[in-house]
Amino acid sequence: MAASSNLADSNRASDVRLSVEQVSYAYSANPSQAPLFTLEASSFQARPGEIVAILGPNASGKSTLLKLIAGTQEPLSGRVLLNGFVTHSLTPRVRAQRIAMVQQESPLLFASRAWEFVLQGRHPHSRSLRFETREDITIARNALAQVGAEHLSDRWMDQISGGEKQRVILARALCQQPLLLLLDEPTLHLDIGSQVGLLDTLRKLAAENRYTVVVVTHELNLAAEYADQVVLLHHGKSLRVGPPAVVYQRELLEQVFQTPLSVESGPSGRPRVTFLPGS
Amino acid sequence: MRPLTFPRLLLRCGYLTIILLIVVVIALKLGAVPVSLYGLGLDLVHLLLRKTTELSSNYDMIVLDIRLPRILLAILVGASLAVAGTAFQALLRNPLADPYVLGVSSGASLGAILALIAQPYLAIPLAFAALVTPVGAFLAAGVTITVVYFLGRREGQVDGSTLLLSGIISASFLSAIIMFLITTLSGRGDLRGMSFWLMGDLSVSLPSTLRWFVAIGFLVATGVIYTTASDLNLLLNGEKEAMHLGVDVRRVRLVVYIAASLLTGVAVSVSGSIGFVGLLVPHVMRMIFGSDHRILIPTSALGGATAVVIADTLARTVVAPSELPVGAMTALAGAPLFIYLLRRKVA
Repeated sequence: MAASSNLADSNRASDVRLSVEQVSYAYSANPSQAPLFTLEASSFQARPGEIVAILGPNASGKSTLLKLIAGTQEPLSGRVLLNGFVTHSLTPRVRAQRIAMVQQESPLLFASRAWEFVLQGRHPHSRSLRFETREDITIARNALAQVGAEHLSDRWMDQISGGEKQRVILARALCQQPLLLLLDEPTLHLDIGSQVGLLDTLRKLAAENRYTVVVVTHELNLAAEYADQVVLLHHGKSLRVGPPAVVYQRELLEQVFQTPLSVESGPSGRPRVTFLPGS
Repeated sequence: MRPLTFPRLLLRCGYLTIILLIVVVIALKLGAVPVSLYGLGLDLVHLLLRKTTELSSNYDMIVLDIRLPRILLAILVGASLAVAGTAFQALLRNPLADPYVLGVSSGASLGAILALIAQPYLAIPLAFAALVTPVGAFLAAGVTITVVYFLGRREGQVDGSTLLLSGIISASFLSAIIMFLITTLSGRGDLRGMSFWLMGDLSVSLPSTLRWFVAIGFLVATGVIYTTASDLNLLLNGEKEAMHLGVDVRRVRLVVYIAASLLTGVAVSVSGSIGFVGLLVPHVMRMIFGSDHRILIPTSALGGATAVVIADTLARTVVAPSELPVGAMTALAGAPLFIYLLRRKVA
């Protein structure tokens, strides 16, 4: 991970997997009205194995930026390239072969078992009426093992805990064998043990499988601990992009999050934020 | 981990086919005129050996010319409604959706009646005259599901209870229009009795072009829906998730809505609106076989066929020599089950 912030590496264009180039977006309820929300031109680049955290308060444009990266929303200007392909122009099927999204969990309509759920990740790689092959099953087994959830395979999705569910959802994303793994607040509603466990798994996966990971989160300290790069958003503007040590400046964070805080260096050498309530 | 395999799919469909065949044989035997199982068996053997001249029974006219075509029609109608119900339930992410509850059956009935009214004014070749009602029913079914879909949306999302209420309200509104049309146009002989359109009935004899159209419509539409079976599985997670897993949501939605409207249209054009089959059969099949559409669609088709053959057999035997409309039978059995499922979902 130390190598990823090496300047010599970042100059080699072939190393760049995800390139977000000046993307902007505007949302308005009515075309004739002024936009209700604007995301101003944002740029950053990420390489295989790198974890990028998108940080910012509510309504700062985090989820919008994630959708633009995922290619499910068309940018107003600029473009997002994944290995040189514009993500928005890919067909849904090809896009799902390269980009996996872990969303805030949605309730299932009918109960299914964890293994059925994980096998859904093979869909973009299979034909419409094909039955699952041995290979699919092997991939699904490995995915469950990689997130430490083999034991959940035969459990019903509605009968496992939130942390276990997030692991199974992550396993489904791994089944897609993507280049880019996007996560929208994956640690929301998890207890601290599950949060750290999930992010440890994510860091291990990014290193081993060479995924590029982009994660939207509210957790400043967890992002500082796990991210190689941080994109700080405020009112639809990307204020700063860089390694946590560069982005985590006291004045900047106080301005963005509207709360007094202090930033010091934690035991791991990465910045640590302490909120100072009532001062 | 035990994913669905082709042999397992065939085995399960095999069980249901055997049950359907047994039900068909019993349905052939039962009726206002008694037929012995022995005579029936002899007839069927002769028929299979193509020795039609040796038919021994005096009742072969009743069994082969009256009961058999009606049973075959019941099979097609039941299968069509059940597959349409399965498709609507997946697309709308609502386990209580079906053509009848959503008002699509009533819309199709109205479309068929309007087509009948318009027929004398349209220059339609005689060979295609029989197809006027299914085409009218199909188009009106498509319009109805579109309207109900948009009425059921709140803030850009399909809302389960708003959708069901919109469907039920639309159904009673459309039924009122049908009642109005039938009453004001009662002088016209070509408009059949009103119970036919308001409460499904299989006792009406049909031109053979129409039978073939229904059979082909069923096969094509079911085939099309079946090709999207894996996509429908993912749509159960919601449209956003399905899209991230590689489903072309807009294409699948359009194709399946059209195919399900076609299924409803052809079924309604020959039987009127039979309720609850499209709702309950997929439910029962889901309880038995799980919610994988690769198995749910064929088993629902077979289950729907069996259910309507049973319902129609009861409809023509319980008050023999008089008859109940088959829709009354399905409603008698279906409504309490619907209430039960509704309560269970809330609890």
